[in-house]
This record gives sequence, structure tokens and C-alpha cells, in this order.
Amino acid sequence: MPQTLNGDPGLYDFSPYRDRPRVVWPEGKTVAVWVAPNLEYYEIDPPANPHRKSWTKPHPDVVGYGHRDHSNRVSHWRMADAMSRHGFPGSVSLSVALCQHHPEVVADANARGWEFFSHGIYNTRYSYGMDEAQERQIIEDSIRTVKDATGQTIRGWLAPALTHTPRTLDLIAEYGLDYTCDLYHDDQVQAVKTATGKLASIPYSLEVNDHYGFFVYNMSPREYADALIRQYERLAVEGEKSGTVMCIPLHAYLIGQPHRIAAFEGVLEHIAADGRAWITRAGEIVDAWRAQQTGAAA
Amino acid sequence: MTLDVAYLEYPHRRHGYDHDLYAWSNLHERKPVVWPNGKGVAVWVCIDLEWFPITPEDQPFRAPGHMQTAYPDYRHYTSREYGTRVGFYRLLDALAKANVVASVAVNGAIAERYPQVVADIVAAGHEIIAHSTDMNGTIATGLPEADERALIQHSLDALEKASGQRPRGWLSIARSQSWNTVRLLKEAGLDYSCDWVNDELPWRFNNGLINLPLNHELSDRQIVTVQQHSAESYAQQMTDAYDWLSREAKQSGGGRLLPLNVTPYILGLPYRIAAFERLIADLAARPDAWFARGDQIIDAWATGEG
Repeated sequence: MPQTLNGDPGLYDFSPYRDRPRVVWPEGKTVAVWVAPNLEYYEIDPPANPHRKSWTKPHPDVVGYGHRDHSNRVSHWRMADAMSRHGFPGSVSLSVALCQHHPEVVADANARGWEFFSHGIYNTRYSYGMDEAQERQIIEDSIRTVKDATGQTIRGWLAPALTHTPRTLDLIAEYGLDYTCDLYHDDQVQAVKTATGKLASIPYSLEVNDHYGFFVYNMSPREYADALIRQYERLAVEGEKSGTVMCIPLHAYLIGQPHRIAAFEGVLEHIAADGRAWITRAGEIVDAWRAQQTGAAA
Repeated sequence: MTLDVAYLEYPHRRHGYDHDLYAWSNLHERKPVVWPNGKGVAVWVCIDLEWFPITPEDQPFRAPGHMQTAYPDYRHYTSREYGTRVGFYRLLDALAKANVVASVAVNGAIAERYPQVVADIVAAGHEIIAHSTDMNGTIATGLPEADERALIQHSLDALEKASGQRPRGWLSIARSQSWNTVRLLKEAGLDYSCDWVNDELPWRFNNGLINLPLNHELSDRQIVTVQQHSAESYAQQMTDAYDWLSREAKQSGGGRLLPLNVTPYILGLPYRIAAFERLIADLAARPDAWFARGDQIIDAWATGEG
């Protein structure tokens, strides 16, 4: 567990953005672009966690539940087809219980060559308050469940509903996972301090997450698409000095709505046609970065 | 720190849902839906027509759009009434001008207080969907079953009395249901509800009740009031949605549905109504658009079911 000292959780060393060692991406690309669909299952009647409420309304929260269910009945395929048309694989943030509830969705993502990492068991079960044994249980469950359903060994973690404990990063590194999507301190891959193992922080994003775009910043579909293109253009230019990472975190029930998908498809088209993007999956980005590290991070 | 062992037990972790209300299926693998005359997109305008008592009761919760200030909240009481007196007639005129029909989700209290409005809806050929009693008539788990049953009956009786027809469809306030609602709506003889936003075509609950999804993301409440976009942006978003669904219908050979859930006190304002008028006129001119009432849509869907 990292040492918390004077309010610093001890996750990484400070490293200013200028004068860093140069990171290069394959074929001279300047920005690694990865798309992270959250394939989730929200329970209709989850047990209460003493540290966080799940649904804001008495169960059943018909709109909240139904909205998420839209992903698994309709919009996953709409979003995934748009990604496939433009050559974007997904790196899936997976509620692993989706492997039991709707294996059809997981199988579709797997057949498209997408990578899976764990987003907990359900997005309605939070890690707050778990003891070490309990946290090990959800990590082991995640590894086993995804392996059984897809044949893939997960390498990454995005905490369920972004709920952590101070030991989460140490534990996932101990189990051999090598990237976390939970830290938002940089636009480049960064080393994370853990007790054992080698853990990298790959830039995910709250700020250009479709949920933030639509419900925190209240963007229209076209405004959100413009924001993604501006984000891309800036990171593609800055990546000439040292390779940057752009993540597009998505939820099919948001981006896959009929009034939003066309504008989003325009973004994929723009990035795919631009030529500066290394369009790939999270694991490949971490591997390419790791291969360029020297010293302790190598 | 530790959590109760039950927090890491998952008794409903199984194929399909963690409930028994309805079965899973994905839209693109279903038998294609055929709309009348081979149209591609059913455009379903559903107007919420609501009466907010100036005395909110908050049992079980306060409806969106309800009173906000200390009693008496004249500003919100009268602003909502503006929707019924003025804005609603602008919406009706826009529909008439485009020669299209719609559904109107009406509080029972509107029928009791303003029977003229109900007569105007019926005369225009629009459908009346039951939309609870008044805006204190919210439903959620915790509302006693007998009260919920009485609320549904009261709404249906009031609307039938004023319109001469018993509604076939139901829209809950804020689309909020209790665990009992699906069963009680079926028991009350209703054919469909509009509350579940999980799909883009009609589907059936396990008890036989149909759900006609009234997508809240496409509503003027969500886009204009919650996300604070302009009426022009709203109209643009609906046009983008239509174009996408139309393309999907052509490519898949199956009909699609565009629900336009609108509110008189939101889109019926003088500075917003023109965007709605243009939207309706534009969509009505599309050769593959079928403007239909909710009951017509579920009937067309059920004809090809199975």
C-alpha cells in the first residue's frame, strides 16, 4: 500500500510535461488513440454499500436501469459497428458479470478483436469498505470470469464505478495486471509505484468521457464531437515531441443513441483519415511504452 | 474495514436479467418490424399534458416541473398552466398544419378540470394516453399497492369520462414505477406502458403488457430543460436521429421508431415553437416517415410479432 504522506497518496513521482525522454509510437505516429467502451451491467436491486448509494431512487429505478439496458439490447451494436467501419478496436471496461447475464454482448466484442479489462463484477458493487480478502476475491473473480468467457487474460483495471481502496493498485499489480485506468494525472503513460509488480497508468479520461460530455458539460452531440476532434488535434501536435495518448471512454447507451451516433462516427472518420494516429488497444500502448523505459521502469 | 459477506454474493448472476419482468433480446436479431405501407421510421409525437397542484405532496416524490418556491408558488403554477392554455394549442396547430396525428399523455385532472382540451384532442384525431391523476400522482416503490391501484383507476376513469374512450396506454410521471406497476397496469386492462427506455422498438413484459419505449434522451425536457440546449439544437438532434434511423431501416429492412416526447410549457413558448414547427414539417415531408399514435404503432408491431 503506498505511503500516504501529508495528503499525497504516493502513487507516482512528480514529472513536469516539458523535457521528458521521448516516447515514440510505431510508424512515426504521434498520438496513440484507444477507444474504451464500458460494457456494463447495473443490477436492478443491488445491496447497499454503506459508503455510496447506487440508484438515487427507490428500486426499481426504471429510467436508470432501462437506460443502461439500452446498451445491451440496442446501442452496443450500433456503436461497435461504427468503430469497426473505421478500424477502431475497443479496449473494454467490463462489468465481468456481463459474461453471465449477456454473453452475447461479450462474444460480439471478443469476435471483433477487442481487449478486455476489469471494471469490477457489477457497476453497482463498490469497492469502498472492502477488506483485503474481499478485494482479492473480486480481482480473482475478474481474472477467472474473463478467461472463461473470452480466453483472454486481463491486464488492466478500471475500478467498479471508480471506487477504490488504498490497496487496489498494489493488489492488481501483485496479480500480474500491468495497467490501471484510474489515474488522470497525465496525457502520457506513466509508471505507478506499487509494492510488487510493474504497473503503468494509461491515460483514460474523465474530461472527454461521453458521460462527462453529455451530463457534466451538457454538450450537444455535435459539440461533443467537436471537443473530441480538438482533443485529438492538440495531442497529435504535442505528440511530435513525445508520444501522447488519447482515450475515448464510451458508454453505448449514451454515444449509441440515434441523435448522437452520426456525429461520433464523424470523429472516428476524421481520426482514421488523419494519418498521425496509432489506432490500437490499451495493452499495445502499454507494451510500446514499457519497451522504451530504462532503469526501474524497464 | 470490511463489508458484509452478502455484498460479495450474487444470487442473480445468471444468463438473462437479474429480474423476471421481461426477457432479453437484441434489436438487430429480431424479426424485422414492418410498418404500414413499408415506411421506414414511425415518428411518434407524444405530448405530456399535466396539471401541477400548487400544493405538492411529495408522496412518494416530487414530479419534475413541480413547484419550487415556498407556498404559494404562483410563478411555477401559472407557468405550467401557460403550457396547457397556450403552448399546447401551438403544438396542436403545428401538428394540424403538417396533417399528422400524435399521442397526448394526459393527467386525469386535466380531463376533470378542462374537458374542452380533451375534446380538442379527440376532435383532432390524436390518442389519449393515461398519465396518472395529476402531478402529485407519482409512483415508486413505497407507494401502497391499494393506493397505486386506485390512482391508475382514477386516471383511466376520468379520461374515459371526458373522451368517451378508455385509454390503452400508460405513461407514469417521470417514467417511475414500483415493483407492482407492470402487474397493476395489466390488471387495469391497459395494453401498453411507455416507461421503460431500454429499447427502440415495442416489446412485451412477461405478463403480456407491451412497452412502447418513449426515449427520455430524445425528450425536450432532457435536451432543453436539463441539458439547456436551444430549441434549434433540439430540432437538429431530432433530425440527426431521424436520418440515422432511416438509414438503419433501409439497411436492415426493419422499421425503426423515433419518439418525440414534448412538453407544452417547454417547446410551446413563442421563441421555441418555430423550431418544432419546422421539425414536424420537415419530417412529415420525408417519404419514409410514418407519423403515428402509440396505439397504431403497437398494433402494427403486434401484427408481425412472433
